[in-house]
Amino acid sequence: MQALPDHCRRERPLADVPRPVLALLIAALLAQLAWHQSQPGAAARRQPLPEAPSASTLNTFSLGEPVTLAKALNLWLQSFDNQPGISIPFRSLDYGRVRQWLERIVALDPGGQYPLLAAARLYGAVPDPVRKRQMLDFVYEKFLEAPNRRWPWLAHAVLIAKYRLEDLPLALKYARAIADKATGEQVPHWAQQLVIFVLEDMGERAAARALIGSLLDSGGITDANELRFLSERLDSLRDEDADAGSPNGFKE
Amino acid sequence: MKKQFGAITTVARYTALEAVRTRYGWLLLAAALGGLGLAAFSDQLAITESRQIQAALSSSALRLAAVFLLALFVITSTVREFSDKTTELMFSLPLPKGGYYLGKLAGYALVALATAMTLTLLMALFAAPAQALSWGLSLLCELLIVCAAALACAYSFAQVPAALAVLAAFYLLSRSISAIQLMAQGPLVRDGSLSQQVINRLVDLLAWLLPQLERFTRSDWLVYTQPAWDELTALLAQTLIYLLLLSGVALFDLYRKNF
Repeated sequence: MQALPDHCRRERPLADVPRPVLALLIAALLAQLAWHQSQPGAAARRQPLPEAPSASTLNTFSLGEPVTLAKALNLWLQSFDNQPGISIPFRSLDYGRVRQWLERIVALDPGGQYPLLAAARLYGAVPDPVRKRQMLDFVYEKFLEAPNRRWPWLAHAVLIAKYRLEDLPLALKYARAIADKATGEQVPHWAQQLVIFVLEDMGERAAARALIGSLLDSGGITDANELRFLSERLDSLRDEDADAGSPNGFKE
Repeated sequence: MKKQFGAITTVARYTALEAVRTRYGWLLLAAALGGLGLAAFSDQLAITESRQIQAALSSSALRLAAVFLLALFVITSTVREFSDKTTELMFSLPLPKGGYYLGKLAGYALVALATAMTLTLLMALFAAPAQALSWGLSLLCELLIVCAAALACAYSFAQVPAALAVLAAFYLLSRSISAIQLMAQGPLVRDGSLSQQVINRLVDLLAWLLPQLERFTRSDWLVYTQPAWDELTALLAQTLIYLLLLSGVALFDLYRKNF
């Protein structure tokens, strides 16, 4: 096949580029590489979490899409510990500000569960009792606003209070709140029964027995396995109390 | 030599005149008014540091507007010259391609200078004159790089959408390449897989080739303190080097192009 003449091709051969232009291109490229090498590299700088703006300001900037803004803020706040080139431990964050941001996000998107999950499972997982309590307190406060929707996070808070903080009165407060406030049909019985196990751990066996008895008598529990489990638990509590010789269930 | 210089200045003058005749000035004025409106609105919202908030918001918005308007002007003007065969007419005259390129670049540089001066005057409303001047000087450097890049893209692609898309990618990457580089080496990326290593090397290569535009025209110069002289000198050096590189690329393409 015959090659096209020069004037018919889209590009001219390399030889048509004047030598000075080639020299300029190569010299400038080398200069750019040398310049880049001589410049200090970008340093990762730790940025503190800023204060949350007011709810009305956020509403204004949401441009009528508060849910979208809340979702974006969820992601931003969650990834705040991973700034470019640096990883900040959660415990180094200002938890007062974290709570502020979480509150604003809940205000923007009350139907969202994300901030409560973040509080209970992410920020509440730090090995610092004070910060843990701050997050549990936030979860409790928000639970009271919508108990039938937000009970899972308070149930998680019961476990954190019981096992991580070893603060049984706090666990009992949360468990009682679930039992008393989260009474919707969609709330499973095990969540309402958490209070029984906390009472047992606190040595309040009589109260635990009474609670199981009232649950069984209420007729609200219909699942055969659940009924059997609770009956066995009640029998076992009675037997243990009988063995201990203490009718009120308190260890002497 | 003197004759060629005269031809270059003529090309530069008519290129700058084109900006006036295509109502670039009105567009810039509209953008400036938009920036003032944004500043006034943010002043209403702010309960404190209103001057700083006005400076930060309006300077960022106006810088982006200036880059966008100028890039659009350079690319559409160059592509139109190709379509109208004006470029071919120019090359039939006793003017080397290098001279034509220099004339065009100088003309666009004049437009960039007028743009930077207008916005600097506007920023002097919200910041001390020395701060506004440093910001404006840096904006001029940034706009010069954008002009040269837009010209190189227009010569390479000769189509508005392609040239504009490549220029936008160049600008966005240049402004964020340092952050991308840090993220690529950050704690979230530790799997050490081959694909990850290839991506990291690619990011490093881009960082070597692109100008670090995130160091240019920073709002904190208007809000807090103006940059030190050595910082501004470094920006000028980077601008000079990158203008030479982009000119080399554009000339290489221009000499190989068959009209």
